[in-house]
Amino acid sequence: MEFVAAKDLDEALVAKANHPDAEFLAGGTDLMVEVNLAHHRPSSAIGLRRVDELREMTDLRIGAGVTWATLESHPHRALAQAARTVGSPQIRAAGTLGGNIGTASPAGDGLPWIAALDGTIELRSKDRGTRVMPWREFFVGVKRTAILPDEAIVAVRIPEDTPARQEFAKIGVRNAMVISTVSCVVTHGDNGTTVALGSVAPTPMRATRAEEMINAEKNPSEAALAEFARIVSEEVRPITDHRSTESYRRHGAGVLARRLLERCLS
Amino acid sequence: MTTRTKPRVRGGIGEDVVRPDGIPKLTGNFAFASDLVADGMLWAATLRSPHAHAVIVSLDTTPALAIPGVRAVITQDDVPGHPLFGQEKADQPVLCDGVARYWGEPVAVVAADDPETARRGVEAIAIEWEPLAPVSDPEAAENSDHIFRRINVRRGDLGAKGEVVVEGYYEIGTQDQAPLGTEAGLAIPDGEGGIDLWVTSQWVHIDHGQIVRCLDLPDHMVRCHPAGIGGAFGAREDMSMHVHISLLALITRRPIKMVYDRSESFVGHVKRHSARMWYRHEATPEGRLVRVTAKVILDGGAYMHTSAAVTGNAAFFAVGPYVCDNVELDVVSVKTNNPPAGAMRGFGVVQTCFGAESQMDRLAQELDMEPLALRRLNALEAGQPFSTTGQIIEGAFPTTAIIDALESFPLPPPLESDDPVHLPGGTGLTTPRSAVVRGIGYALSAKNLAFSEGFDDYAEARVVLTPVGAEVHTAAMEVGQGLVTLLQQIARTVLGTGHVAVVWDDTSQIGSAGSTSASRQTQMTGGAVHAAAVALRDKVLDDHGADELREDGAYRDGERVATLEEICASGPVDHWIRFRHPETEEPDENGQGNLHPGYALAGHRAVVDVDPELGLVRVVQIDTAQDVGKVLNPKALMGQVEGGILQGVGLATMEELVIDKGIIRNPTFTDYLLPTSLDAPHVNAVFIEEGDHWGPFGAKGAGEPPTISSTPAVAAAIRQATGKALTRVPILPQDITGT
Repeated sequence: MEFVAAKDLDEALVAKANHPDAEFLAGGTDLMVEVNLAHHRPSSAIGLRRVDELREMTDLRIGAGVTWATLESHPHRALAQAARTVGSPQIRAAGTLGGNIGTASPAGDGLPWIAALDGTIELRSKDRGTRVMPWREFFVGVKRTAILPDEAIVAVRIPEDTPARQEFAKIGVRNAMVISTVSCVVTHGDNGTTVALGSVAPTPMRATRAEEMINAEKNPSEAALAEFARIVSEEVRPITDHRSTESYRRHGAGVLARRLLERCLS
Repeated sequence: MTTRTKPRVRGGIGEDVVRPDGIPKLTGNFAFASDLVADGMLWAATLRSPHAHAVIVSLDTTPALAIPGVRAVITQDDVPGHPLFGQEKADQPVLCDGVARYWGEPVAVVAADDPETARRGVEAIAIEWEPLAPVSDPEAAENSDHIFRRINVRRGDLGAKGEVVVEGYYEIGTQDQAPLGTEAGLAIPDGEGGIDLWVTSQWVHIDHGQIVRCLDLPDHMVRCHPAGIGGAFGAREDMSMHVHISLLALITRRPIKMVYDRSESFVGHVKRHSARMWYRHEATPEGRLVRVTAKVILDGGAYMHTSAAVTGNAAFFAVGPYVCDNVELDVVSVKTNNPPAGAMRGFGVVQTCFGAESQMDRLAQELDMEPLALRRLNALEAGQPFSTTGQIIEGAFPTTAIIDALESFPLPPPLESDDPVHLPGGTGLTTPRSAVVRGIGYALSAKNLAFSEGFDDYAEARVVLTPVGAEVHTAAMEVGQGLVTLLQQIARTVLGTGHVAVVWDDTSQIGSAGSTSASRQTQMTGGAVHAAAVALRDKVLDDHGADELREDGAYRDGERVATLEEICASGPVDHWIRFRHPETEEPDENGQGNLHPGYALAGHRAVVDVDPELGLVRVVQIDTAQDVGKVLNPKALMGQVEGGILQGVGLATMEELVIDKGIIRNPTFTDYLLPTSLDAPHVNAVFIEEGDHWGPFGAKGAGEPPTISSTPAVAAAIRQATGKALTRVPILPQDITGT
């Protein structure tokens, strides 16, 4: 395997333009597992750890190379909460938000937050420069994205009017270091409530019908909260696999969404 | 002999002696089997069956051999000796014999210059399969008479009836030992047609016998050496790569190294038997057991391994430590195309203990009794006949003392924390304190110690006195459990010297110590070392007219009569021994007889916090009382207790290999979930020291009991919190929510 340790973003993008088959290697917590399991043998890889631009971070723009360990203290509460649940301390020290986006697993812990805040993915290539894609267009299927072969994920951008409240939670079969069977972010602010979920569809998803229903309520009653949970359970599109069942995921999605909404409203 | 009230020697029994291998392991300086290297060595990799049941239509290794750096490829045709291996019965081909009978069965092994080339060689082998329908349902296997062993226990009056009857069906999923060290080995040819072999093992002598047979070599040409091992739990009782790398070393005349990766390890060793259990308990209105009836099916997988002995344990411990005069048990292990099952900590008793203890709770509920009150009423004690075998119980059997201890533990305070690490769901932030319900559950267990049913069970050891101290020679496997420390402590206490080194002999230097399993080495090799050291000491004292051995020599009436150098003037003084436990016998046709050399009991109380709406569990605390005979090393014992309990908690709440038509769907640590430190309960332990009728200083084995009754105790606590029947472990979130 050929390996280029890029010193800056331009060098990484040139290398990628010259070798579209090359894999970007940031934390390696997804890619190297695939390599070690011999599921994937990339012919070449472009190392990103020396690329400082990818670790730039403001409240509204997070570089793709920012690690989960750094994000654990991010001002966006739900992102910090999600970061704390990623793998072990060793994984969090290496793994990055950009890697989570690039892998695009349905269970990606950072993805519901991006969906809940209507984030966009900033991509860049040597020849066409920067393009910014809404998350809905970027995530197209299980571990599939709309990225082009010469592009790198550079950052996630968040709209300016961030909601006042945001809460994350995820269900797994053990109490730490676990792949989620359901994850959820609920936000609440002047523009109403958003609900995003992970592990319950091929891509991160928004429960738009539940959002519409709850946004029509001024002070949601018990009955309204129950109906909200029911609609979330109905809207998700989970499968049964070795981690959980379709029906449990539906149930868990509704319970989690309701609990997080209650936290946002309290 | 003078009797001392205070041991003069440092590091004797009863002390928290530091492990000699502890610091090297912590600092990364200990050589595990996977760390071994030899000049000029090749790396091996295994081609495995992608089908649970399939016929090989064609197999061509030449494309692999064409790859530069690939040095050899072996298949079953290359096995020079007996084509089959197996501990209880040689029934598994060394490599696939044309029909693969389980997913992951080894088919061919490639040796190459480096691991990656070996893997590429594996992928280059041209193989065509014709898949067959796998037998994956153990009940279907039983109906087709695919049986490894059937035991029908019949005791007492089978017409007896109780007025109070409870019935239940229970299941236990497939647990993996998941030792942190994967299978690893190094085979070095000796240049004379023989092999020196280091492979992760629990019993090098049983490996040795199988290896020489498969290689068709005389005993002395294969030497199995104890290797550094990172955990075992039963996974290493049966052979993995042993014959493969030995044969490749003979063919290539170069050292061969192999290390399984994590996913390969999951298919590279036997599992705990999954079980289906139908139980009926009948009692008097006061709660005295009148009759226990059960049928148990254990899934043995594709090959026998230790299924017969596991079946025996499942049957003979299917009632628990209770008095019951009328017992009817049909216990069977069946052959399927699922991954082979074999030994795992608790060895058959884990399964039926879960069924029996669940039944005791059900009976208590039916009788409106407290769970411990029912157990106390039926407590079996030493001197009484064992409920399944009729054997009169010898040695310590303190059931009531364990119940007393469980009742005297204080309960933990109510949940007062909002810190997510103290809540079900943990760092996932799923659960507010208001959603939590607490539950408490109890379970007891009895298990046999060492090998039963007439097996000629022995351990050899040699103790040598030298001018600088003593050596203990053994081939007993130290797998991480701490035997090395206990052997030192025992020898120090007897010989009066602090300087004791444990020397691991290979199979050509000493006879078998038996397996590091069945909670047996403390008593067996510990017993051998104790007996050898006593004989050695007495010989030295006699020879020098002395009455006491100390670190610097032999003493009479407090005066030194000989230094160690003088004692060893004509060479080291040694004593070799072959130690046996009390003789046992095979069961008769009704499963009756003196089958077991001894027993160990344990009891557990689990306190759990449950989020019933999401089905999430946090095990808060486990209090345990364990019958250990005598505490030899408090810290090492507590390590066994805490670790064993965590393995039991894992089985109760998360650990399961998901097997779908014979294929393991989760052979990774991402998806085979082991408890983390956030899942680990606080553990309080009381040790009952009543002294057994054999073994060093009255000590009993202590490795298995912590795992056995912790699982049903946790299940009982979750039932109490949720009101759900929960008849299968692991108890998963969807089992609690009913969704």
